[in-house]
Amino acid sequence: MSALSHAPSADSQAHPTPTTAGTPGRLARLRGTNPLGALGGVLWLVVVLVPVYWVVVTSLRTREGFFDANPLALPTSPTLENYRLVLDSGFTHYLLNSALVTVGATLLTLVVSFLAAYAIVRGTSRALRWAFSVFLLGLAIPLQATIIPVYYLIAKAQMYDTLLAIVLPSAAFAIPLTVIILVNFLRDIPDELYESMRADGAGHWRMLWSLAAPLSRPALITVTIYDALNVWNGFLFPLILTQSPDKRVLPLFVWSFQGEFTINIPAILAAVVLSTLPILALYILGRRQLISGLTAGFGK
Amino acid sequence: MALPALLLFALFALVPMAIVVYLSFTRWDGLGSPAWAGTDNWRTALTSDVTRHALWLTAKMMVFSWVVQTPISLLLGVFVSGKQRYRALLAVFYFVPLLISTAAIAVIFKNLLDPNFGLGAALDLPILGQDWLGDPQLAFYAAVFVIAWQFVPFHTLLYQAGARQIPASLYEAASIDGAGRLKQFWHITLPQLRYTIVTSSTLMVVGSLTYFDLVFVLTGGGPGYATRILPLDMYITGFQSNQMGLASAISVVLVLAGLLLSLALLRFSGFNRMRSQQAGM
Repeated sequence: MSALSHAPSADSQAHPTPTTAGTPGRLARLRGTNPLGALGGVLWLVVVLVPVYWVVVTSLRTREGFFDANPLALPTSPTLENYRLVLDSGFTHYLLNSALVTVGATLLTLVVSFLAAYAIVRGTSRALRWAFSVFLLGLAIPLQATIIPVYYLIAKAQMYDTLLAIVLPSAAFAIPLTVIILVNFLRDIPDELYESMRADGAGHWRMLWSLAAPLSRPALITVTIYDALNVWNGFLFPLILTQSPDKRVLPLFVWSFQGEFTINIPAILAAVVLSTLPILALYILGRRQLISGLTAGFGK
Repeated sequence: MALPALLLFALFALVPMAIVVYLSFTRWDGLGSPAWAGTDNWRTALTSDVTRHALWLTAKMMVFSWVVQTPISLLLGVFVSGKQRYRALLAVFYFVPLLISTAAIAVIFKNLLDPNFGLGAALDLPILGQDWLGDPQLAFYAAVFVIAWQFVPFHTLLYQAGARQIPASLYEAASIDGAGRLKQFWHITLPQLRYTIVTSSTLMVVGSLTYFDLVFVLTGGGPGYATRILPLDMYITGFQSNQMGLASAISVVLVLAGLLLSLALLRFSGFNRMRSQQAGM
């Protein structure tokens, strides 16, 4: 496999590595001291963290404590009561719905997009170029603008108020960007690798499975993360295409929970915290990949 | 092999575009069957003050979002692209808003900006104590701020990645020639980041057509019509007033806006370069 080792020069694109390494000392010092930048950086840090701190602290207050306390002070008698209320409101069920929808839509997107990207890069027909243009154009369609006809179609297909009704359009709208990122990546796999496999008698499916797929792992991870985050946070499709409480996903739950508990703000914020925890856990586990995943698709 | 992706995409994105054009010529309450209505909806939509205002607000939102987010994320991104440990740590915290769903962010700020129990009460600062979401003059800017809070981290990441790819030798040469930090930023960093600026701007501009969820949960379009941007106008007209035909006409306007903007941006953008690579194959 020595031929493969130099193949994915594209790998470095998915993980932009700092090229400033090895800067001479004087320059490092020069770029290091930047009081104005540091001031700005810290200021924005405050803007980011104060709301987050406020959410966590408030979620630990009692309902009564909320109205008396200074919003930024630590709670005098912290309580987990709000979290229990949220968990008792069906939280785990909605968590499961969100997980199902996210996994379903992401898998579907990945499989069809990878096939399409492979065909577009390896194929020669005019139709495939045309297909690529369709996906490029697809980036320009605002998802909101199609919600009425999508609602119409889903209702006609008797899929209204099912989780599948969220999965299919979510996957469909993730396809254009996924295909484009994968196409850009697959292009960097040199032809010779395919040729040598073909010489060994491999067909398209084998090349796809044992050459293209393993080599494009960084890109596949990137699009998986990006698509999954988008579906996980999706609001409009669930709002329009489902109705019954037991089909709710987490963003809708947070929204409707807020509607029900308008005056119990600590409980609302406990729901916000709980709904964020799963992603936070994933972030802690795979920070590097998550960040490169979010930037690599656009960072070139 | 491209067929499954094309079919799925066509079924939920291209076919709907045809349907929405058809629906814009019908009267439909969302439950019964659409009835042909000729150009009624179009006449209503194009003469409606509400929709025109929504279109204006959308454009304004786009411009303000760009003007607020671009300098912040550009400067932050360049700053955290440095190597010091504390900068890496800063970058970790900057990332936090990306982990919170749009609906949750809207819920957070709806409460945080409350004049009685929110941050204004905590810090006793008159500027924060205003009724940000209840005052028609202020609600729009509050929405711009919350959107910036949500999206600046992502664009900071883009600029950080871009700035890290600028060869150090350029700075070395410049500092040997005696160029100060400001000069270096102006003559090296900015030009080197031009593609990142274009990519980031494209995403911001096209993305600003899709700010629906945040504004919907934060203000519901109000107070009055103060934050009723185009996607919200479409939603309220269709799913709350049950005028799906009229809402479809608004959708068509939204699609056209998206396509026109993208085509205009395609002339400069990174996506354009992808296409030219394709042509060179």
